[in-house]
Amino acid sequence: MRPYLVLLVALSLQAAVAEWSYQTSWYEKARQDKVARGTVWPQPRSIDTTSVRYYLDPRNFRLEADSSSAAVSDPECKAVVDHALSRYGELLFWIPEEDRAGVDGDETLDKLVLTITRGCTRYPSLESDESYSILVNSDGATLLAQTAWGALRGLETFSQLIYGENGKHVINGTSISDSPRFPHRGIMIDTARHYLPLPFILRHLDAMAYNKMNVLHWHIVDDQAFPFQSTTFPDLSGKGAYTRKHVYTPDDVSQVLEFARLRGIRVIPEFDTPGHMMSWGQGHPEILTRCYPTSFQPDIYYLGPANPARETTYTFMRKLFEEIRELFADEYFHVGGDEVRFQCWNSNEEVQEFMVQQGFPNSTVGFADLQGYYINRILEILHQVPERTRGIVWQEIFDNFEISGDLTGLNLDTIIHVWEWNDTRYQGEPFREEMAKVTAAGYRTILSSCYYLNYISYGRDWPQYYECDPHDFQGTEAQKQLVIGGEACLWAEWVDSTNFIPRMWPRASAVAERLWSPQDVADSEAASPRMEEQRCRMVRRGIPAQPQGPSYCEYEWNILSQLPNYRPVITSSGPRVTEGLFHNLFLGVLVLAVVKCLA
Amino acid sequence: MAVLSTIQCVFSVVLVLFASPLPCLNVRAYQRPVMVQQTGKVLPKPQMMTVSAEAYTLAMSSFKFTYGSSSEMCDIVDQAFRRYYDLIFDVDGPKKAPKVPESMAELTVLQVMVKEPCKGAYPSLESSENYTLTVTAPMGMLVADSAWGVLRGLETFSQLIYRTDDGTMIINKTTVDDFPRFAHRGILLDTSRHFIPLKYIKQNLDAMAYNKFNVFHWHIVDDQSFPYQSVVFPDLSAKGAFNPYTHLYTQEDVKDVIEYSRLRGIRVVPEFDTPGHTASWGAGLPGFLTPCYDGSTPNGKYYAANPMLNTTYDYMTKLLQEVKDVFPDKHVHLGGDEVNFNCWKSNPDITKFMEKMGFGTDYSKLEQYYIKNILDISTSIGRDYIVWQEVLDNGVQDKSTVGEVWFENPTIQAVLERLTAKGYRVLLAAGWYLNHDVYNPGTDWADFYKLDPQVFNGTQAQKDLVIGGEACMWGEYVDGTNLIARLWPRASAVAERLWSNKDVKNMADATVRMDEQRCRMVRRGLNAEPLHPGFCQFEYD
Repeated sequence: MRPYLVLLVALSLQAAVAEWSYQTSWYEKARQDKVARGTVWPQPRSIDTTSVRYYLDPRNFRLEADSSSAAVSDPECKAVVDHALSRYGELLFWIPEEDRAGVDGDETLDKLVLTITRGCTRYPSLESDESYSILVNSDGATLLAQTAWGALRGLETFSQLIYGENGKHVINGTSISDSPRFPHRGIMIDTARHYLPLPFILRHLDAMAYNKMNVLHWHIVDDQAFPFQSTTFPDLSGKGAYTRKHVYTPDDVSQVLEFARLRGIRVIPEFDTPGHMMSWGQGHPEILTRCYPTSFQPDIYYLGPANPARETTYTFMRKLFEEIRELFADEYFHVGGDEVRFQCWNSNEEVQEFMVQQGFPNSTVGFADLQGYYINRILEILHQVPERTRGIVWQEIFDNFEISGDLTGLNLDTIIHVWEWNDTRYQGEPFREEMAKVTAAGYRTILSSCYYLNYISYGRDWPQYYECDPHDFQGTEAQKQLVIGGEACLWAEWVDSTNFIPRMWPRASAVAERLWSPQDVADSEAASPRMEEQRCRMVRRGIPAQPQGPSYCEYEWNILSQLPNYRPVITSSGPRVTEGLFHNLFLGVLVLAVVKCLA
Repeated sequence: MAVLSTIQCVFSVVLVLFASPLPCLNVRAYQRPVMVQQTGKVLPKPQMMTVSAEAYTLAMSSFKFTYGSSSEMCDIVDQAFRRYYDLIFDVDGPKKAPKVPESMAELTVLQVMVKEPCKGAYPSLESSENYTLTVTAPMGMLVADSAWGVLRGLETFSQLIYRTDDGTMIINKTTVDDFPRFAHRGILLDTSRHFIPLKYIKQNLDAMAYNKFNVFHWHIVDDQSFPYQSVVFPDLSAKGAFNPYTHLYTQEDVKDVIEYSRLRGIRVVPEFDTPGHTASWGAGLPGFLTPCYDGSTPNGKYYAANPMLNTTYDYMTKLLQEVKDVFPDKHVHLGGDEVNFNCWKSNPDITKFMEKMGFGTDYSKLEQYYIKNILDISTSIGRDYIVWQEVLDNGVQDKSTVGEVWFENPTIQAVLERLTAKGYRVLLAAGWYLNHDVYNPGTDWADFYKLDPQVFNGTQAQKDLVIGGEACMWGEYVDGTNLIARLWPRASAVAERLWSNKDVKNMADATVRMDEQRCRMVRRGLNAEPLHPGFCQFEYD
C-alpha cells in the first residue's frame, strides 16, 4: 500500500510504482537502470572512459606522491598530501576481505602517481586552483594537479572511478580533465537554533569532501544561542549558550579548521550583526538597542539589534573580531546584516538622536542609511584587524544601500549573499533580479535562494536544487563572472544531531554538482543513476545519507555487524574501525588529536 | 487535478505561514528556543494520576524492584526489571552520588504484583494492560492483572523520575490508575521499499515501548522486494529480495524480532499483501502472477496474483500456514489494497474465466472472489485477519474482519461511519501517515494529535467497533539512515491519542509532555528529531 498523499508530489518514481509490474530478475534490472557504477559526482568537466578494465589488488595497490614534484618537496603540499593519501588508502577499497576475489591473470593497476606542479598554501582560499587531470591506461594511473587542493579533488575522483564486480575492485581506462565551474561551493550550517556536537560537524566535512564542496559557512551564533566561547568576552557563551556543555571552545574550532583544511575546505564564520543578536544580549546587553514597547513588539523583543549610536559597540566588535581573526584562517568573514528590525531603532531615543546628529532622516531611507553606516564601520574594522579581512553580507545590506540611493557607499570587495525568496516565491523568482542588480553594481555574489535544504517536501526533492542555475538571470558576461558560487543552507530550527546528516545528504550533493560541473550538466533524470551511486557510496563510507526513492544499497547503513560502514581513519596503519558511527567518529577525532600532537 | 491543486494550494499556504527561512519581521516567524524541563511528566498521559508536592529521592545503590509475595513471576517481568533499572540509573548518571537533603525520604523498593500467570505469555487484542501505581516512600507498589500491565506501569514509573540540576534523582509521591483507551495501538514499518536492518527495527520497538504502543504491523513484503525468508518457498526471498544474503530477514531474525517484541508487550502482526503489491513474488513463485497481454500475445509483464488458478490458492494456503507457524499473533494482515485491473483485463484467459463465473465485465467481482478465497483460507487455518478498507467497501461479508482505514473516501469520518455501520471492527491509519515529513514537525504532530478515531457520526455501538489505530511509516524514502528521526517523536502524538482519555486534548499541556518525551528518548539513545529550536540536557551524540 502506498501513501495516498503521494499524489501531492506526483513523482515519476512513485507513479512507476502504481503500475509496477514484474519482469524476470526484476530487481537486478531495476538496479542496473537506477544505479550507476564507477561514475563521478560531481560530473567532471571532461571525462572519457574506455571499455578496458584494470583490476586493483588492495594488498599491492599503492598511492604514491611523485617525489620530484611539489607533492613531496613543498612541505605545505606534503602535509596535506600525506594525510590525503592515507585517507584515500582506506577509501579506495571496501569489499570485505572475505568476499574478495583474486585478480591473478587479470590486467592489474598497481599504483596511482600523484604529481603537484606548482606549490601549496597552508589554507585554501577563494583563489585556490582546484584543477586536476587523471589518466588511467595500460601504462598506469597518474594524477596531475597544480596544488594540493587540486590533488584532493583528483583523489576523490579517482576513488569514485573504482567499482566492485564479482568481488574485485575494477577501474576502466579513463582520461579526465577537470576544474570547478565556481570557486565558492559552500554549505551553511546553523549551530544556534540547535547545537551540533563536534563529531557531526566533522562527519559533515567528510561528506563535503566526497562532493568536492569547499566552503563551510558556519552560522555559529544567532538570536537563540551563542555557543562560540570567546576568551575576550566569556559571558557571551557563558550566558548566551544553551548550557555550559553547548559550546564550541577555541580548541573545538581549531579542530574543525584543521579537519577542514586537510580536506581543502575553507571555514567562514558568520557573526551576524546588527540583527539576530538576541543571545549576545544575555551576556552583554549594553551593545544592543533597547526597544521600547509599541503595538507590534511583544516584550520578548526588549533587546533589538546592535546599538549603532554607541562608540562602545564598535570597540566591542573590534575586540571580538580581533580574537576571531586569530582563530579563523580565512580571508573572508560573514557578518550577516539580514533582517534588521528598524522598528526597534525607531523606538529608541538614543538611536533617534544619533540619527539626527548624522543627518539621517526618520524614514525608511534614514534607517537604511543607519544600517549602512553601521555595516561600513564593521567592514572597516574587518579591514583593520591584523590580518586584513573582507566581508560577506546577506543581500539586505546591498538592498539598503540601494534604498539610500548610494551604491558606491559599500566597498566593492564585499561579497553579497543572495538568499531571499520571500513573499512572491510562488509567483516568481525575484532572486534572479537581485542577482542581476547586485552584479550590475559590480559586486561579487553568492546564491542561496534556491538552495535552502531546510525546506523539505515529501519525496525526491533534489532535482529542484539541481536545476537552479546561479547564472540564470539577465546580465552581461561580465556580470556572470561576478557570481563566485553558491551555498546550500540548512537552517536548524528543526534540525539537530538526530537528523542533521540524513537531511543534508544527499540533497546537498545536488547543489555540489550544480556548482562544480559545467552548466550544461543539468538533466536531473540523466544524473539520477549517478546520484544513486553517490548516495550509496556515502552510506558505505559512513555518511547516513537518506534514500531518494525505493531501492537499496549494496552496503546499507548498519545492515549487519559484519558489514561495517567504513570510516576513513587518519593513518593507513590505524585500526579499521568497524563499530557504529559514534565510535568511529570518536576514534577519528582521537587519532586526529594524536596526529596533531605528534606533528 | 482539481483536488491536487487544492492540496498544493493548502500546502503552499502552510509553507508560507510556517516556513519563513529566517526569523524575520513577522513576529510569528521567530522561533523561540525551548528550554525543555525534565519534570517527570508522563506520555501518554495516564487515565488517572495524582501527583503530590511531597518528593522522594532514589539511589542507584539501594533501589530495587521486587515481586510481591503472592505475585506471579516470569521472564517478561524479570527482564523488564533489568531494562528499567538501566534506563533509570545508567544513562548519563552522575559519577558520584549527589548529596541528598536529609529531610528527603528515599524510595528504595518498587514492589510489583502480577495477578495472572505470565510464563510464556504472548500479548493479544484482548490482553489487559491496566495497572495501578502507588509511589510512597520507602516502598512503592505496582499492581496489574497481567505482565503487560506491569510493563506499562514500569514505563510510567521510569518517566516519573527526574533529576535536579545537581543530579539528585527525584520522584514525587504519586498514584496512578491507568488503562488504554484503545486495545490496538500500532506502528507500521515497511521493509520492502527499503530494507530496514534489525538494529533499527529493534530501536523502533524500544521507542514503541517508551510510548506504550502495542502492535508492530510489519509490512514485510511488497512490490519492490521480498525480504522474508520463507521455509516453504525459499525462492521468494532468494529471487525477490534486494539481495538474498544481506537484505533478508531469516527465520532466526523473525523469531528474534517476535521475542524482542513480546518482552515489551508488543504484538507482531505481519502483512502479506495480495493480490496487488506482489511484483517481487513473481521470480520466486512462477505462475503466481497474472501474465499481461498486448492484444493476443503475452507481453512479458506480470501483475497481481492470478485469481483464476487453483495453484494460486494452494500457494497461499501453504504460505499462510507457514505464517501461522512462525508468527504467534492471532491476526494476520492480508492487505487487499490498490488492485489495478489493467493486466487482468488484458488477459484472454481471465476474460474467459470472468464469463464462466458470470462476473460480466465487473473486475471488482473477480477481486472479491480472490479475496474471499484468501480470507477463507486464513479462517480455515485458524487466523483472524485485518484488511485494508477497500476490501470491506467491496462487500466481503464476514463480520469478524478488521478493516484498516487508510484513505479519505470521501472523508476519514465517512469511511469510519460507513464501515462501522456495516458492523465491521476498524483501525484508523488515515491521517497518521508519518512518512510524509514536513518542514516544521512541531506543526504536524498537532494534526496527528487532534485526530480522534471515534469522532464521526454514529451510534455508541459503532464507536465501540473502533479498536484502535496505527501510525504508518511507508518506506519509499525511509531506511536505516533516517527511520527513527522521522518517526519519533511525531508518533508519540498518536501514542497519546490512542492511549489517553478522549478528553486529553489540551495542546499546551501536550506540548510540554511531547518536549519532555522527545528529550527522554534522546537521552535513552534514540535520535528523535527536534520539534522547535532549543536543546536537550543530553543531546544525541
